[in-house]
Amino acid sequence: MSTKNWPLWEIFVRSKNGLEHRHFGSLHAADAEMALENARDVYTRRNEGVSIWVVESKHITASNPENNGELFEPAQDKVYRHPTFYDLPDEVKHM
Amino acid sequence: MKENLYNYILGIADNSLILGQRMGELCGHGPSLETDIACTNISLDLFGQVRSYFQYAAKVSGDGRTEDDIAMLRKERDYKNVLLVEQPNTNFAYTIARQFLFDAYHLAFLSELQKSTDLTLSAIANKCIKEVSYHERFSSDWVKRLGDGTEESCVKMQEAIDDLWTYTDELFHQTEADKAMVAEGVGVDVTKLKEDYYKRVHRLLEEATLKVPQLKWFQKGGKEGIHTEHLGYLLSDLQYMQRAYPNMEW
Repeated sequence: MSTKNWPLWEIFVRSKNGLEHRHFGSLHAADAEMALENARDVYTRRNEGVSIWVVESKHITASNPENNGELFEPAQDKVYRHPTFYDLPDEVKHM
Repeated sequence: MKENLYNYILGIADNSLILGQRMGELCGHGPSLETDIACTNISLDLFGQVRSYFQYAAKVSGDGRTEDDIAMLRKERDYKNVLLVEQPNTNFAYTIARQFLFDAYHLAFLSELQKSTDLTLSAIANKCIKEVSYHERFSSDWVKRLGDGTEESCVKMQEAIDDLWTYTDELFHQTEADKAMVAEGVGVDVTKLKEDYYKRVHRLLEEATLKVPQLKWFQKGGKEGIHTEHLGYLLSDLQYMQRAYPNMEW
């Protein structure tokens, strides 16, 4: 019997119309179509979704946690980048 | 009690019950986590359908028996499922072949049952058909994958189709209850589904690079309660709790 493993896929599910697709997890499948069917069975069997995206994991380029210092720490002490220093008129409800 | 209607409902429901039990056997034993869950989902869909049918049958019986009594407390000869659905999970190719050969029939059957003059049955059919469309999509995809897959998967898929082919003709046999219900506009005339069924199956086998078995003689008997050796073992699993602890509930 062949023991070659199926590639890994990342699964994104939109739980309601109007919401964005969210990362739900990953699973194995031979191709995109099978990944969709597997995702339907593994992640939406309790009525969790209205839409599924699948992306083969190898197509995702991820940042390296070792680089977190240079990538993210410089932003920690720059509160002025948040737009929290403006006085908003009361009429503006959703900012 | 409306004997014919009762028997007719059981004839439909027992197929789903026994196939559901077979698919449920793969829970925790599927070839991969993903297919394991897929098979178990199909099993749960089928059990859900069975409940609707048996609840209705219990009402039709009018003698106080419940859906559980009907599911769990009959003897082997009283089960009316076709022989196809009781065949074992010899390997994954058999599981898929059995599922597809039944799904192709089930889908066509439910599509006709939706037109039944019995409103309960047509409502159940209407609810089940979406589930069964997915079952058919799943199983036909896998027939293609295995048939048109590796040399080994093709050999195994062909073997499963060849072995199970002998059970397909029975799907289109009519029992006395069938004939009576067709006459009343309640039942589906399964003899009329046969031609399209074999067309659909032949087309898929061709797509899957598989050969259509050439067979002149077919097995039958399940609908009359005469089963293959496999059903007894299946029922001893299915009924174990009710037999060991009568009237238990949980």
